[in-house]
Amino acid sequence: MSTTSHQHTRPRRRLGVGTWAPAVVILATAVILWQLYTTRSGIDPRVLPSPSRIITAGWTARSALWANTIPTLQETALGFSLATVVGFGFSIVIDASRILRNAIMPLLIGSQTLPLVAIAPLVIIWFGFGITPKILLIALLSFFPITVAFLEGYRATDPDIERLLATMGAHRWRIFRTARLPTAMPFFFTGLRIAITYSIVVAIFAEYAGATSGLGIYIQQLTNVYRTDLVFAAIIVTTALTIILFAATYALERIMIPWYRRSRSPHQR
Amino acid sequence: MTDVDGSVSAPKLCVAALTHSYDSLSVLEEVSLTLHQGELVALVGPSGCGKSTMFSILTGTTTPSSGHIELDGAPIARHTAAFAYMPQSDALLPWRRVIDNVTLGLEMQGVRRREARARVMPLLATFGLDGFARAYPFQLSGGMRQRAALLRTVVQERSIMLLDEPFGALDALSRIEMQTWLEDLWNRHSWSTILITHDIREAVFLADRIYVLSPRPARVTAEVRVPLPRPRSLQTMSHPDFVGIEAQLRDALASSGAL
Ligand SMILES: Nc1ncnc2c1ncn2[C@@H]1O[C@H](COP(=O)(O)OP(=O)(O)OP(=O)(O)O)[C@@H](O)[C@H]1O
Ligand SMILES: [Mg+2]
Repeated sequence: MSTTSHQHTRPRRRLGVGTWAPAVVILATAVILWQLYTTRSGIDPRVLPSPSRIITAGWTARSALWANTIPTLQETALGFSLATVVGFGFSIVIDASRILRNAIMPLLIGSQTLPLVAIAPLVIIWFGFGITPKILLIALLSFFPITVAFLEGYRATDPDIERLLATMGAHRWRIFRTARLPTAMPFFFTGLRIAITYSIVVAIFAEYAGATSGLGIYIQQLTNVYRTDLVFAAIIVTTALTIILFAATYALERIMIPWYRRSRSPHQR
Repeated sequence: MTDVDGSVSAPKLCVAALTHSYDSLSVLEEVSLTLHQGELVALVGPSGCGKSTMFSILTGTTTPSSGHIELDGAPIARHTAAFAYMPQSDALLPWRRVIDNVTLGLEMQGVRRREARARVMPLLATFGLDGFARAYPFQLSGGMRQRAALLRTVVQERSIMLLDEPFGALDALSRIEMQTWLEDLWNRHSWSTILITHDIREAVFLADRIYVLSPRPARVTAEVRVPLPRPRSLQTMSHPDFVGIEAQLRDALASSGAL
């Protein structure tokens, strides 16, 4: 078989009601218990606000929440795009030669060990409180899974296909474009999903370290004044954002590599 | 050697004393064979004897330890454009639709997309792929995949075709169907072809000449001509001559230790 698609076992992509139901039930139960606990125990709402209080507060502050979501989303989108471009670029360079691989790979791995806590303030000192340092930090901390995903993907190319192309007269770059890159696409989407969750976390943290607006700085300011209800509301928005972006990668995958999921559906061979 | 039309001619392809080993594993030992214009030659041998290696040497993927290959009387260049190769796996690109898979060779030759498609379209029906131009490989049956791979090979219009077990992955029934279909098609076009198979009947049914290879390292242990008239049909398979040649091949394989 010439099926070169990668072998990660993941649940089928069409997530029907059956797949979602358990998660929803668990979540609902937790929220109900939380609500009961906060109302019965008489705990100070500044320590632990009830879900209903969080929602009311969040709704009241919706325009502030929204105003702070926009910059975070912007940073994430831009930083993440930069990460994809850089990650892809590194993967090409590394794939091109063993020498470059040996020269670059240790540096890339090293870059992933930089502690965010230490580096975020530095980058903000260098580039100011604007959007630039956030984009750089996000790119720095999320390009790596993309590079690794591409490299794994290239290596999964069917040697028969590569040999066939060579006998047809294709040279290196041509073989790369015709066989290696398409083979790597499903891997890329896996890397993308890992990177996108990183991106949001880094965005929030980078804002924490210094920003004029964004969910991170918003959370920090509200924590300082004990508005825990709004802190929770902001956390919910962050989570929703992550889920939406995550789902978007599946949509993009479906559009860009339509042959992939369907060719792996269980009733096919 | 007499050509198909009865005249004596120099061989198109001449392989002389080809020897190859992968590191310490000796795979081919002094293999010599010829292929004439319009001829279909089959290589029969046990699994793992070195048949596919033979093709990867011809196509320039593997450099032989020693030996000569001549094409039209001149030593062959590495990565020559003489061969159209069909690998043992069909090697269809899963992300390309059938139409873009079968035009792959033309695309690599630099033929414009529109022209490549125009050349291939009329052949889709002959290859039983009518209405499947826009399908992805995973939507095809095993036989259709093989025919698509074959079409991709044929449209390259190279002077020699190398088919590595084109029907190896098929069940017995579709295999026979494909064999009769291929015999008919080749009969009409007289494409110079080397066909690898380990199916004796397939070799006798399709070939003009058959080389029997020994287990690894492969040596040529017998060369058998198949003078059965063409076109051949299912009836040919029960013809006494057919059965005789089949027995002869089985004996050759047995005495070389393959059976
Ligand atoms: N690239 C390679 N490196 C090392 N050994 C190889 C390589 N390719 C093939 N071999 C070995 O060479 C031998 C011959 O392989 P080859 O693929 O030519 O056999 P084959 O006759 O085509 O077999 P089959 O009928 O099963 O396809 C095998 O023992 C195989 O393990
Ligand atoms: Mg083989």
